[in-house]
Amino acid sequence: MTASVLARPRTSAEALPARRPRRRLGPGRAIPFGAALGPLLLLALWAVGSAAGWLDSRTLSAPWTVVTTAGELIADGRLQDNLAVSAQRAGLGLAFGTVIGTVLALVSGLSRWGEAILDGPVQIKRAIPGVALIPLLVLWLGIGEQMKVTTIVLGVFVPVYIHTHNGLRSIDSRYVELGESLRLRPAVFLRRIVLPGALPGFLLGMRFAVVGAWLSLVVVEQINSTSGIGYMMDLARQYGQTDVIIVGLVLYGLLGLLSDGAVRLAQRKALSWRRTLAD
Amino acid sequence: MATHAGGLTGTRTVRTRGLQRGFGDRTVLDGLDLEIGAGEFVALLGRSGSGKSTLLRALAGLDRDVAGSGLIDVPEKSSVVFQDARLLPWQRVLDNVVLGLSGPDAAQRGRAALAEVGLAGREQAWPHQLSGGEQQRVALARALVSEPELLLADEPFGALDALTRLRMHELLRELCVRHRPAVLLVTHDVDEAVTLADRVLVVDQGRITVDTTIDLPAPRSHRQPQFLAYRESLLRALGVDQQKG
Repeated sequence: MTASVLARPRTSAEALPARRPRRRLGPGRAIPFGAALGPLLLLALWAVGSAAGWLDSRTLSAPWTVVTTAGELIADGRLQDNLAVSAQRAGLGLAFGTVIGTVLALVSGLSRWGEAILDGPVQIKRAIPGVALIPLLVLWLGIGEQMKVTTIVLGVFVPVYIHTHNGLRSIDSRYVELGESLRLRPAVFLRRIVLPGALPGFLLGMRFAVVGAWLSLVVVEQINSTSGIGYMMDLARQYGQTDVIIVGLVLYGLLGLLSDGAVRLAQRKALSWRRTLAD
Repeated sequence: MATHAGGLTGTRTVRTRGLQRGFGDRTVLDGLDLEIGAGEFVALLGRSGSGKSTLLRALAGLDRDVAGSGLIDVPEKSSVVFQDARLLPWQRVLDNVVLGLSGPDAAQRGRAALAEVGLAGREQAWPHQLSGGEQQRVALARALVSEPELLLADEPFGALDALTRLRMHELLRELCVRHRPAVLLVTHDVDEAVTLADRVLVVDQGRITVDTTIDLPAPRSHRQPQFLAYRESLLRALGVDQQKG
């Protein structure tokens, strides 16, 4: 066979030495529905474990039990009611936290004085876990909605601040120089150069923030609460209802996943000008 | 100082007296005097480190952090073209062109400027979708759309390939004939300087050491004997001896 190949007239393609295919350094093409793959795998393991009896239903209810329970909770309206309360808290906290984090990042990123005054306290806040602040917040604000939303705000504004500030400071100084050479007014400079330049950082911060909002929610709802998903789970703990706890956990997971997905979608839309490894 | 482009009337657009700039102990500009007439195309040659870019940045007002003294008189309406096109990657081409403009007719003027540099129809493209030469043409459109009296260009074609550079020379000359800004073109390319400029300056150790008026009819080409004569004397001034090379 080798001989027959050699006997053929050599074409220019054959004259070239055999080359190893070039190695692709990026992650390659996107897998369809790749984002769902990991969670589905986890779900499959859980189902197999329950069906095979490896998982005691008192330790971890089977997926189908959880689905049935969720159906019952929806039927008597408890799930929706608690979810609505939780979503409102998370939404309010996220909204206030995002605005505060962004404004602080702009002030601290655009002025040396702002940075000198604001950056330190934010870093200190960052080092204090949200849970540790709750006793103080309860003393200051009571155990009502105000305390809960404030706790979420405190959890949300930090990642928004950190990443927006970082995005702002990593704007290429050549663009600042361009702005100066065009004699841009500060408002135009802010709108055309600073804000779009800091947008990738801001959106990354938002990804941490949306998940962080749900995380803080868990903490506040399991302390001194009479409504919300966290309360529903805490109540279930007292009656030993593993399935209800799992419904709550799955709900938290779904909410986190969905809100992160929403931010990523916004990211893809807003940053279409970029050419990166992700594309 | 000149407030209107006259071209032939000899009005001054740029004037510096005793310009001094330094970084630490190193003096980069050492009492430099420069005058550029309205509509005059001046090329500034110099070895690297001679201070030519420092001079341009001083004229552009982009050297606030540099220690120095001296008098600078430049028109309010001046534009800068950098070596890199320096387009904002997050703004579409047209938005990049009209970045410094305001007013209701900004978009229309931007479109006209893009058409002038041969990029009509690419208004909505992202900068990364353009070639290097096209990006630099957008930068030219951005610089000229405000109808500046002075165009400061810091090796604007330095990063382009030879063929693209020749096309850009032609384009720049056309645009300058139409808009008549005074131009200060910083370059290290002697041919570029002789091809484009009315006057070529050589800066060395922070002072202007050569000031030659290029008296050649357009279109200029390497085949003209005088072109070669200018080229040789400028190269000599830059310390390049062709006989040896």
